[in-house]
Amino acid sequence: MPPSTCQRCQIARAVILRPKNHAKLCKTCFLSAFEAEIHTTITSNALFSRGERVAIGASGGKDSTVLASVLKTLNERYDYGLELILLSIDEGITGYRDDSLETVKRNAAQYDMKLEIVGYKELYGWTMDEVVGQVGKKGNCTYCGVFRRQALDRGAERLGVRHVVTGHNADDVAETVMMNLLRADLPRLSRATSIVTASASSPIKRSKPLKYAYEKEIVLYAHHKKLDYFSTECIYSPEAFRGSARALIKNLERIRPTAILDVVRSGEDMARLVPVEVTGGAPVNGKPVLEVEDDGEGGCGSANGRSSGGEMADMERQLAASEKAEYEEVDIARDTPVRHKHSKAGTCDDGGGGGSGAACACGNGSRSGAHKPGSVQKAKARPRKFPKQQMGQCERCGYLSSQSVCKACTLLEGLNKSRPRAEIGVSDDTDETLVQQMNGTVLVDAGG
Amino acid sequence: MQLTLEFGGGLELLCDSVKVHNVNVDLQNRAEKLTMKDLLCWVRTNVIKERPEMFMKGDSVRPGVLVLVNDCDWELSGQLDTTLEEKDVVVFISTLHGG
Repeated sequence: MPPSTCQRCQIARAVILRPKNHAKLCKTCFLSAFEAEIHTTITSNALFSRGERVAIGASGGKDSTVLASVLKTLNERYDYGLELILLSIDEGITGYRDDSLETVKRNAAQYDMKLEIVGYKELYGWTMDEVVGQVGKKGNCTYCGVFRRQALDRGAERLGVRHVVTGHNADDVAETVMMNLLRADLPRLSRATSIVTASASSPIKRSKPLKYAYEKEIVLYAHHKKLDYFSTECIYSPEAFRGSARALIKNLERIRPTAILDVVRSGEDMARLVPVEVTGGAPVNGKPVLEVEDDGEGGCGSANGRSSGGEMADMERQLAASEKAEYEEVDIARDTPVRHKHSKAGTCDDGGGGGSGAACACGNGSRSGAHKPGSVQKAKARPRKFPKQQMGQCERCGYLSSQSVCKACTLLEGLNKSRPRAEIGVSDDTDETLVQQMNGTVLVDAGG
Repeated sequence: MQLTLEFGGGLELLCDSVKVHNVNVDLQNRAEKLTMKDLLCWVRTNVIKERPEMFMKGDSVRPGVLVLVNDCDWELSGQLDTTLEEKDVVVFISTLHGG
């Protein structure tokens, strides 16, 4: 195939085929187009304000390294007036985080940015190596995820920063949309698609400036700019369910590269249809979305993990149970968490529904296909309550929490008693979220 | 045929953590040219030391692995049909590791 010419400058040899629009660009035009698009994302969403101090959640991996590089470039080029600081979490994983932190230290010097490192050991008294020694390799991502969330907030607090940016890219968001879709978790689906998340459990705002950037382009940007990044998978990440969602996204990309951004857009559109009671916070359209304490947006240095490898098995069990229930002509809603909510008027509140809702007892068309024609509905879908988040302080560590003891302290209590069986639940509401049920399962598994 | 192969983004871990390999690939059965398809086969046999499934799927690279021939995305040069020439530099980068 003869070499193509750059569609933009019409001079240089094209070296990249852009997944989002099939444009063939040369190196220089690609780098400037990539930067210009991040600039557009930043300005059109008004992510920053002049004079703001912003911490970049830096793992040393490709995404956060590219984020730091691009933000430095744009801050100088467009005079955002930002003070950029690198904030790293040291989970205490020998052979993984110690090496990647060396990369972050080099980045700090290369980009002339201050670096703050917050360690699990100093915050919690445990390194992840020690946690894994205690609970085993399965289920440890739960600990890491809960600890990381607080650690980032505490690091930001220490720096006097109220805004943390993370390197989540379009592939990550698409993957999270798929995962939440596949486990019927509408609240998280809604939160994960939002570019800015203000949190009920934290005074720190978070945003994802690379939300619309393809992972492929991030890697090529790093390659062509010869950025120094670290790329080893976390040695403790099994992550079967996320891994499957990721493989699905990557397989789709090969057949139809625009699929990734399309999933992101679909996620955003679906999020707009989710009622405020379900998202647990403010309206989604352009406004910050509130998060609950343990949000599914990830942030793990490897595959942004927060959940465990046991999830896939849980899902399979649940699917098997659903199939069995269907065979026995019992409404599957009894066994699977139904996420739609009934309004006060008693009608189904499923805004995206439409279609043949009549077949389902609750009027929600989306599940009608699961029922056999003519079969009698033996059980009614139970209206689901979403526990309202009421924020107080953890009575042990003072961290903002919706429960009297925050999740990190609950996990720590289990660890400190050398007894990994900890129970997480919402005290006066038996209607747990799927995630809390899963966390519970994981912890029990970890003990067994 | 003299080629330079580079592995990055974590793929180097599959070949003894060596990133750059200067190799000499012989043409098979009096073939007139060497394509990327031939090279992938050769790399799998001669360079990859462990977990080949992290590198290949079917007869191509695993989705999520980027391939650059002389710094040019192989999607612009015909992917598996790309013809290689003496002293070409082929880069394989995994996008699947790290964040």
